[in-house]
Amino acid sequence: MAEQARGKVAVDVEECKGCGLCVESCPPKCLKLGPELNSYGAHPAHYSGRDCTGCGICFYCCPEPGAITVYRIKTKGKFVAATQGAEHAPAL
Amino acid sequence: MADENVISVLDPEVKSEVSNNGYELVHSKSPLFYDLYERKSELKHQTHYCPGCGHGVAHKLIAEALQELKLQDKTIFVSPVGCSVFAYCYFDVGNVQVAHGRAPASATAIKRSCPDKIVISYQGDGDLAAIGTAEIVHAANRGEKITVFFVNNGIYGMTGGQMAPTTLVGQKSTTSPWGRRPANEGFPLHMAELLATLEAPAYIERVALSDNKNIMKARRAIRKALELQRDGAGFSFVEILSPCPTIWSKDPVEARRWVLENMTPIFPLNVFRDRRPEIPVGKEPPQRTVADVLEIAPKDRALAPAALKHAHRFKDVKIKIAGFGGQGVLLLGQLLIEMGMREALEVSWLPSYGPEMRSGSAHCHVCLSKERIGSPLVSCPDVLVAMNEFSLRKFAHEVENGGLILYNGASIPADFAAPGTQVVAIPAAEIADKLGSTKATNIVMMGALLEETECLAPGTALSVLEDKVKKLDLLEIDRKALTAGRLFIDDQAHIGAVSQPDGFA
Repeated sequence: MAEQARGKVAVDVEECKGCGLCVESCPPKCLKLGPELNSYGAHPAHYSGRDCTGCGICFYCCPEPGAITVYRIKTKGKFVAATQGAEHAPAL
Repeated sequence: MADENVISVLDPEVKSEVSNNGYELVHSKSPLFYDLYERKSELKHQTHYCPGCGHGVAHKLIAEALQELKLQDKTIFVSPVGCSVFAYCYFDVGNVQVAHGRAPASATAIKRSCPDKIVISYQGDGDLAAIGTAEIVHAANRGEKITVFFVNNGIYGMTGGQMAPTTLVGQKSTTSPWGRRPANEGFPLHMAELLATLEAPAYIERVALSDNKNIMKARRAIRKALELQRDGAGFSFVEILSPCPTIWSKDPVEARRWVLENMTPIFPLNVFRDRRPEIPVGKEPPQRTVADVLEIAPKDRALAPAALKHAHRFKDVKIKIAGFGGQGVLLLGQLLIEMGMREALEVSWLPSYGPEMRSGSAHCHVCLSKERIGSPLVSCPDVLVAMNEFSLRKFAHEVENGGLILYNGASIPADFAAPGTQVVAIPAAEIADKLGSTKATNIVMMGALLEETECLAPGTALSVLEDKVKKLDLLEIDRKALTAGRLFIDDQAHIGAVSQPDGFA
């Protein structure tokens, strides 16, 4: 990876049901369903490891409360939103 | 690379390691959700919703809004019947699960008794728009200060895909297998528009979980509805168009697109109401005490009639009076509560009779209490007044242990036994006949009741009879009947009569 991505997505493979809504919704298309099965028989989503902007769209499109966790890189740049409080909204 | 990003949310150490690797956490599972869902033995960290179901997204948006508004500890969530019936397994807030369609009615009760709480009614379209239509319309019309989230997927999901009121024209379901035909099944019900015709609602919006942009709009609408409730604005309602991939037989992505392409043209996304309703307060009903109603001036209370000084040696007395219609069953109950009121007790009277007023079975429930009465229903009476044998046999088993049964009859039926109760037979009809009118049977029973229980003063009974009985000749008979009933009990006590066939009084 030449440059560190602005964001990062972590998927809880056991909570993911493999519906694919995050894959469809992700603006930079950096998520895909994995070939392997989790213990409930679903193909969980994976982050490709590249291009994530940390926008959080996948988090809001995912129907499972805790399947997706989104991170953003710690910089003073405009892409970093407050982790607390109500004011941050995903870049749309 | 992929493995590095696969973490278990259940392991906080792994999570912090990832988050510290130059990144900070921006979106994660809301603390409003339980860590594990105690629903069944398996799948404790997954919801029970199908893959791609809109309920999960709606849950997350509600959880996020409550968290951001810091309302978790103030929220009471009313779960409906439908797929979201298990919402109480997920939300770590106060939870109530209610009967099908009745969520707005229950939410009304909760909000009115706990006005500082945030009350959320979360309902599906079968729940809200079919069986619960009356409840939602009237809750909205009363402007109850609750928030209703109406998840509309146009179908009965949990029960297997029957047609709902919101099913689109031409949409196939198990009960409209050739598509919904308006000629037979009517048109889809537009709940948001329907409620927007009412005066009272403060906020009504329809949103859709159809694509990224609309999900974000839904997020704002949900937050706004909860903010309005927090600020005491009034009834807020958000209709959420939601995909049901399983019943629609579509994959999750396709189902979400179907919401946008097929549902939103029929159910347009819009803010239908956003204003503070002006509800005139009106004149407050007077808060009067029993003494006020009886028009006893404060200075006279010490000199109040003897009735008010009667010593009530009870906290409450529950009486059931049963017999045939026409025996004065309901009237006897009314006389008792009138007496109770005059003695400054809290009273209730609940009649129960069939469509036939005369000769049918009738009974009434009477409560006399020193405290406010919670329910007028008497399921375990302290005293049963049985005006006939049928009622004696029907209700005797309900009487509290140590209770009293007064039976209108010459003697207790030989094969009748009511363990743990005292049964007294009073030939009330015969006594009343001798006095000149069978109509006074109930008054003889009342005399016996007053003498046996001493729950109310006989003096009050006389004054009530004087006010209620207009015919003077009948009043005279009633006076005698009251005394006769009391004397009968006195005589029994005097001669030590046994009142139970087994020899125990």
